[in-house]
Amino acid sequence: MKARKDVLPPLPDIGGPAQPLLTVRGLTKHFPLKSGFLGRASGVVQAVDDLNFEVRKGETLGIVGESGCGKSTTSRLVMALMAPTAGEVLFDGQVVGGRELPLKEYRRQVQMVFQDSYASLNPRLTIEESIGFAPEVHGLARKDARARARDLLAAVGLNPDQFARRYPHELSGGQRQRINIARALALRPRLVILDEPVSALDKSVEAQVLNLLQDLKAQFGLTYIFISHDLNVVQYMSDRVLVMYLGRVAEVGPVGAIYAAAAHPYTAALLASRPSMDPDLRRTEPPLTGDPPNPINPPSGCRFHTRCAFAEPVCSITVPPLHPAPAGQSASCLMVVPESGHSRAPELAA
Amino acid sequence: MSTTIASPPAAIAVPQPAPSRSRGYWQGVARRLSRDPVTLFFGAILLLMALAILFAPLLAPHDPYQTSMIRRLRPIWFQDGRYPLGTDELGRDMLTRLLHGGRLSWFLGITPVLIAFAIGGTLGVIAGFAGGWVNMMIMRTTDVFYAFPSVLLAVAISGALGPGISNAMLSLTLVFIPQIIRVAESTTTSVRNLDYVESARASGAGALTIVRVHVLPNVLGPIFVYATSLISVSMILASGLSFLGLGTKPPEPEWGLMLNTLRTAIYTQPFIAMLPGLCIFATSMCFNMVSDGLRSAMDVRA
Repeated sequence: MKARKDVLPPLPDIGGPAQPLLTVRGLTKHFPLKSGFLGRASGVVQAVDDLNFEVRKGETLGIVGESGCGKSTTSRLVMALMAPTAGEVLFDGQVVGGRELPLKEYRRQVQMVFQDSYASLNPRLTIEESIGFAPEVHGLARKDARARARDLLAAVGLNPDQFARRYPHELSGGQRQRINIARALALRPRLVILDEPVSALDKSVEAQVLNLLQDLKAQFGLTYIFISHDLNVVQYMSDRVLVMYLGRVAEVGPVGAIYAAAAHPYTAALLASRPSMDPDLRRTEPPLTGDPPNPINPPSGCRFHTRCAFAEPVCSITVPPLHPAPAGQSASCLMVVPESGHSRAPELAA
Repeated sequence: MSTTIASPPAAIAVPQPAPSRSRGYWQGVARRLSRDPVTLFFGAILLLMALAILFAPLLAPHDPYQTSMIRRLRPIWFQDGRYPLGTDELGRDMLTRLLHGGRLSWFLGITPVLIAFAIGGTLGVIAGFAGGWVNMMIMRTTDVFYAFPSVLLAVAISGALGPGISNAMLSLTLVFIPQIIRVAESTTTSVRNLDYVESARASGAGALTIVRVHVLPNVLGPIFVYATSLISVSMILASGLSFLGLGTKPPEPEWGLMLNTLRTAIYTQPFIAMLPGLCIFATSMCFNMVSDGLRSAMDVRA
């Protein structure tokens, strides 16, 4: 790869601090199910359905939900690794892939750390080659890309002289995940999507990596989307939390409001499912039973009504909109929507 | 943030591995191979055979085409070692014929596999990486060839094209291309779905760069190992074609053809009639063992 320019130009902040860094509008991804002769579509998996959220500059947005709820699809849609069925993603007010923000420019701004630290490193490349790959693609000279890789190794707490020329299989899981983080930072992105970055690590290493992520966020002025199924980790990392259920937003809001006063019964059930350190508080019955319904034929109305303790007939008819809840978050539950027809719905304010 | 954990200086927190020197991938493969006596043994035999047939004109005691009506089908060590492995049905020296025949047999065994590796590997990597309708077109065409047993297919193509070395090679190449496409496609598909390819796409790298840097180095090894395991099959199929009269033509020395012409002598000189078959067996056995050894040596996680 030839050097086209010496240094990658710094990424400008366009909209100022009030402009959300990422705005997701009506994002939908349906996977067609193919079967039979010549693969006629016989149905769709509604992996993500009409998703709306914002990520503010400098914050960490935690995304939680069961497996299969669309967390990973969401991250791949935001990364523009797959095309959405409908909806759009705005980065700093600009449409991703549009005239103002071509895809290649966008790729410099958003990077991702994957869960599987082994599968996300090419086994045939040395560490510095892996980290330097993206800057080289964007036109940095090989020598400069390697130098940047060494700087980043130091930034993630690995001695460049010892690690730069090693191969992924020679390292531990925690070391590999640090390298993945360095690799994600190599383009100096503004938004980093962390897709279960610590789920495969043991607890002591997990704490080190989480603290490293916090340090790097401050050092490089990053914004995070932190995807996890571990509610404690999300609470520790996030400023705001988004709870997903079957491809839709169940509840979104400040971490304090959601963990202290969950407005959506699904969030409440998730939080209640956390194991307690206090034996007296241990539950004998699970807060939720059964598996999430099939996303091929999701339940009508509120998608959670089949497992909800408070479900009423209206829940299977009306799709609940995202509505502000008392503690400061928004929830898509008819119990927070005034005059929704649910017996627990609040009175309409005068 | 609900809790604050004091973050230790990161550089201290990470245990650093002691050796700072690192081995490249191929160095690791060589090291594992050097600790595998079985593979080394069979590899050495292969090397000896290769040298023997390469220098056949220097080593062979006689002219491979020199016939003699009075010395037909003589036993091993005939005339106190003037004919160490006896003579064939036309009185030609067996050792000379075996050495010279190996050249053609090896050539017919290796060349079709190499051509098929180049063509099938390319098509398979394209199919695996592109996916979608490109994959469907290539793989369904492959399935058509796969519907026939490889021996039948080779015989059918050779029969249609007529006898001759180049036609035999062409038919063998056509037999192996679909098999290599299959392996190349499945290997590439599995690599394509790994996170590091995804992450390279997320970095904005083009398809060609991704294939060159991330896909090829990780798929060529497994495809090549599979191809080496086909060399023995190719050798046996080539011999089979010659045996049926579809490959080499007499008086050309070739192991399969020699097996054919000597079969009438199976009751008078059974051991001499077996010799070409023994050569084919030994060579394909060695190639299989070496290919197995390569496979395990190239497995990084082993």
